[in-house]
Amino acid sequence: MQDVRDALYIGHRSDGTLTRRPMSPHLQVYRFRLSMFLSIANRAAGVAAAAGSALGVCWLNAAAKGPESFKKVQKVTRNPLGKLALAGWTLALVYHFVAGLRHLAWDAGYRFEKKEINEDGPVAVGVTVGATLVLLASIFGVAACRSRKKKKAS
Amino acid sequence: MNASHTPRIDVMRSQLGRARGLGSGKAGVDHWWLERMSAVALVPLSGWFVLQVLRLAGAEQQDVVEWGGKPANASMLLALMVLTFYHMQLGLQVIIDDYVHGKAHLPASLLLKGAALLIGLFAVVAVLKLALAPSTKAGA
Repeated sequence: MQDVRDALYIGHRSDGTLTRRPMSPHLQVYRFRLSMFLSIANRAAGVAAAAGSALGVCWLNAAAKGPESFKKVQKVTRNPLGKLALAGWTLALVYHFVAGLRHLAWDAGYRFEKKEINEDGPVAVGVTVGATLVLLASIFGVAACRSRKKKKAS
Repeated sequence: MNASHTPRIDVMRSQLGRARGLGSGKAGVDHWWLERMSAVALVPLSGWFVLQVLRLAGAEQQDVVEWGGKPANASMLLALMVLTFYHMQLGLQVIIDDYVHGKAHLPASLLLKGAALLIGLFAVVAVLKLALAPSTKAGA
């Protein structure tokens, strides 16, 4: 036994001999709570947002490289699978943004009581879903309008 | 560990006892604070980014070139890229700290820092090229 982490596992039997006590319950033992899902979802959303941002840089690079590179990228962004990835990236960014604002509020000492955190969780979910839907509808709507205008002009 | 084996305590020192007297870790508060400050800076930048996405949705390459050629857009874009990938590196480092233990920790951290730096540089160079020397020729 090297330190207190291991030492804390050690208990006494009734006859005085030492024994190693069981480990504390693991994650699957606990009842599901929204707050625990939102916590890990923020981390997952951060990773997804980072991956999407790296792809966003590829888009930027293609625009700088020239029309042909940009056409290749458009094949991805106009493909249904590409659109799904864009939607996923948007969802991740929006949720990470919302959860980040909550974290900043907590760090400043607001809404950090258990009751308040449990009240705010469903609000965060609603805001995330609503904002994501509005954003995606506007982005795809604007894109569709623009391509229709271009068809009329040509 | 099996229950029939009787454990023995060789050295018992608390984590606090081990850390005491070594001085502060120096970097912990910095990391936490910079993660928050980059997050705060990214709030308005994200708002700007959403507006630009709406402006550029479905755009052709010449629209993007025209947009990226404006100094204000290029500056905002550079700030967004630098802060995004800096914030990303700080956040992913915490995940490595949480889940990667022992000897793998250092190479994982270095790999992350290298990758974040390269993606960030790539983004900056792409923005600068778009702003200063975009290619509009069809053969490029």
